[in-house]
Amino acid sequence: MQVTMTVNGEPVTREVEGRLLLVHFLRDHLGLTGTHWGCDTSNCGTCVVWLDGEPVKSCTVLAAMAGGHEVRTVEDLERDGRLDPVQRGFVACHGLQCGFCTPGMMMTARALLDRNPDPSEQEIREAISGQICRCTGYATIVRSVRWAAAVERGEAGEVGEAGEAADEAGGPDVEPAAEPVATGGAQ
Amino acid sequence: MTTTDPRPPGLPADLPDNDHKPLGHGRMHRKEDPRFVRGRGRYVDDVQLPGMLHLAILRSPLAHARIVSIDTSAAAAHPKVEAVVTGADLAAQGLAWMPTLSNDVQAVLATDKVRFQGQEVAFVVAEDRYAARDALELIDVEYEPLPPVVDVRTALAPDAPVIRDDLEGKTDNHCFDWETGDRAATDAVFERADVVVSQDLVYPRSHPAPMETCGSVADYDRVEGRLTLWSTTQAPHAHRTLYALVAGLPEHKIRVISPDIGGGFGNKVPIYPGYVCSVVASIVTGKPVKWMEDRSENLMSTGFARDYVMRGEIAATRDGKILAIRTHVLADHGAFNGTAAPVKYPAGFFGVFTGSYDLEAAYCSMTAVHTNKAPGGVAYACSFRITEAVYLVERIVDCLADELGMDPAELRLRNFIRPEQFPYRSKTGWVYDSGEYETAMRLAMDMAGYEDLRREQAEKRERGELMGVGVAFFTEAVGAGPRKDMDILGLGMNDGCELRVHPTGKAVVRLSVQSQGQGHETTFAQIVAEEIGIPPDDIDVVHGDTDNTPFGLGTYGSRSTPVSGAAAALVARKVRDKARIIASGMLEVSVADLEWEKGSFHVAGDPSKSVTIQQIAMAAHGAGDLPEGLEGALEAQICYNPENLTYPFGAYICVVDVDPGTAVVKVRRFVAVDDCGTRINPMIIEGQVHGGLTDGVGMALMEMVAFDEEGNCLGGSLMDYLIPTSLEVPDWETGHTVTPSPHHPIGAKGIGESATVGSPPAIVNAVVDALKPFGVRHADMPLTPSRVWDAMRGAATPPI
Repeated sequence: MQVTMTVNGEPVTREVEGRLLLVHFLRDHLGLTGTHWGCDTSNCGTCVVWLDGEPVKSCTVLAAMAGGHEVRTVEDLERDGRLDPVQRGFVACHGLQCGFCTPGMMMTARALLDRNPDPSEQEIREAISGQICRCTGYATIVRSVRWAAAVERGEAGEVGEAGEAADEAGGPDVEPAAEPVATGGAQ
Repeated sequence: MTTTDPRPPGLPADLPDNDHKPLGHGRMHRKEDPRFVRGRGRYVDDVQLPGMLHLAILRSPLAHARIVSIDTSAAAAHPKVEAVVTGADLAAQGLAWMPTLSNDVQAVLATDKVRFQGQEVAFVVAEDRYAARDALELIDVEYEPLPPVVDVRTALAPDAPVIRDDLEGKTDNHCFDWETGDRAATDAVFERADVVVSQDLVYPRSHPAPMETCGSVADYDRVEGRLTLWSTTQAPHAHRTLYALVAGLPEHKIRVISPDIGGGFGNKVPIYPGYVCSVVASIVTGKPVKWMEDRSENLMSTGFARDYVMRGEIAATRDGKILAIRTHVLADHGAFNGTAAPVKYPAGFFGVFTGSYDLEAAYCSMTAVHTNKAPGGVAYACSFRITEAVYLVERIVDCLADELGMDPAELRLRNFIRPEQFPYRSKTGWVYDSGEYETAMRLAMDMAGYEDLRREQAEKRERGELMGVGVAFFTEAVGAGPRKDMDILGLGMNDGCELRVHPTGKAVVRLSVQSQGQGHETTFAQIVAEEIGIPPDDIDVVHGDTDNTPFGLGTYGSRSTPVSGAAAALVARKVRDKARIIASGMLEVSVADLEWEKGSFHVAGDPSKSVTIQQIAMAAHGAGDLPEGLEGALEAQICYNPENLTYPFGAYICVVDVDPGTAVVKVRRFVAVDDCGTRINPMIIEGQVHGGLTDGVGMALMEMVAFDEEGNCLGGSLMDYLIPTSLEVPDWETGHTVTPSPHHPIGAKGIGESATVGSPPAIVNAVVDALKPFGVRHADMPLTPSRVWDAMRGAATPPI
């Protein structure tokens, strides 16, 4: 069957099997490998993408069901060569180690901040509770999201030298990090 | 010397402050993160090659059965299928069996019978992954069911079915016996001790379950006879050698690439049948072949962890001096002995069960058996079975404290190996390199507010509330290892490192170890930067590619920093020594008159006369004369053979609340003080600790691979095998002391597995402490609500 959808702002049309999962459509057919596949039971959340602005587990959505809808993946978080504050937060606060769960975590975090610009630690923990990270123990992910929230609220002063440095394509960040969480009184 | 620097959470100091751009060790954001946050990590399943086929494996639905027949005709007729291969096909090529890392053999595809549920029986290669799975449904296997051996305690019963009848002369399910320590001396101490406490303990079977499952892409070039294998492996060089030995491919024609790895934790150390199948499939079809297991395959067939049934006995004086520890272990090794440990250590490093205490005697005997369960045994960040050893000693020390009516922290403080006793030879022969245990323990107690916690607990008990405080102290033995003692299938556990400084002063360092998320691209750049004064940004770290890195045994058992980190520091010093000679020529002074200041040499007494490492690099490659006898270029290579293991340690305190109405355990606080010697990147160290603590919550409260009487795996999906989410874990409170290793070039000890080792007993001790009003002295993991409820009713049972 033919399916047409918008992926990261671009119209896409492909011939697919009706049973094809969205996660495999994105990865194998479009080459968008930032979205991962980690379980078969909707438990791990490494496959989280947006469907019409809502985070969904793309292993539980058929590509056909996404027909006529808008899909957004991790590859679209960076806009005009500038990283999203969530991406910068994950770098600044060591919110990732192996990086496998990271795209899904960031997509959920972005959706949370769009609805709630100042989430509490508990609200962040609840937002990501459908996703598993085996490396970080979650505390640094929570800090990463609060870092991004503080930056977006403009409470970080000279925000994100860390993030600015990370913006350089492929360039690592070794500059002093701003501490928006502390200055924002968030902790 | 030990220094302390507590970092409770919530304070700005606990954030990655990147206080300054370090020219060496220090907090620094990770060099690998820019690609990961863009979704541009490069994992095995991201590899797409032209014409690539997909492989899927048919697995046994039964735990123990004879294979009567396999009919693959319908699968082979599927229009998208290119090949169907069974064990019989492999046997014709002599490839049906492969060696395990413990000198056993394991079936690549079953030929005679299946020995665990999920065992590999046949594989299909098809045009896409969906078609490959479809074709599995078309394979018809007739099984003759056999009675399974599930209970480790009855595996050696005379009437137990023999699982390993593939081994000539095998008449039972015995795997191996092992002992350590002095039995007679230990028995004698137990005879005269005031107090003896015994406790049966089970460390249930668990699974590392990294977020990325195992997989590979094999690309065999028939013309050149060259195999390129992208593989989820923590040990690419060791795997290359084993493929050469098993498949008969010449080693120089094999290239193993381990790209970004989505978590390993030991799960990606062994060679699995799926990897071999992908190689065979690529050779058979002449095309690249991808195999990527699904989550159930990962949980049911790849390396499990733990599965020890232990009896712990501890002897002490009435006033709390611990005299001896004695233990017997019944170890379940599954259908094949796939333990990944140095060959002289069939029980891994369980011999450190004497813990952090100065004893008079110790003895352990172990019996390992086969059952109809998946093979494995050393995985899940266990530091070669030190998780089990630390759990044993830290649980029975708490049982002793209960018996003596002593505070568990006080009992530990009385019995620690004292700083002046290092290097300390334990009663089981391990030489602990350095430690200041009391300092770490007291720091943890200060951070936790230990006395206040006990007061709060007393008040709550009066109100019927169940609050528990658990203490654990651990010592690890990591960094395997000295080649005189340690090898894996004959390969000495040493690691190479190569450093090249380019003419413009930028550098590339090549490692034999491979990151699975530990941040090697950052840490190793910092190690080299510290020694040679080139900024970490200017040092590229190459790893995970056997064609482009020197030989070494890989990353597991917390060995990267202790072994490969030492290699990186020493190779940098070797380059620096050469740079010194070149500098002496450039400055026209003798080598002895030069002083090194990180990044440059200057003439002693005249700092204005200096050359930077970058200038030296250009001179090394330049057209001018070099000091006599010196070759051009600025590079070196070494292979590091550690003198001893390193012994990181830590003090952990856990606070739990147990709901008296539902028996749900809530981990309210967790204080972790770690000492990993010299700290290279504190941000990364804290991240490693956080992850390990979360593993501990998983094992203590949730994670277990259970089996029913038929040998059906009851933990075969993430709906059944429960892993902590953000809601089950607290914010972590970390602190540290620094006691450098005296024999390591930079004093570093390794941190990767410390928290996974140390946290489970702290949590279990806390839960048992909370249940004290019910007279509970012990309850086995996982402490799920139903199991805690049973314990509260005096009906606690082992999980197996």
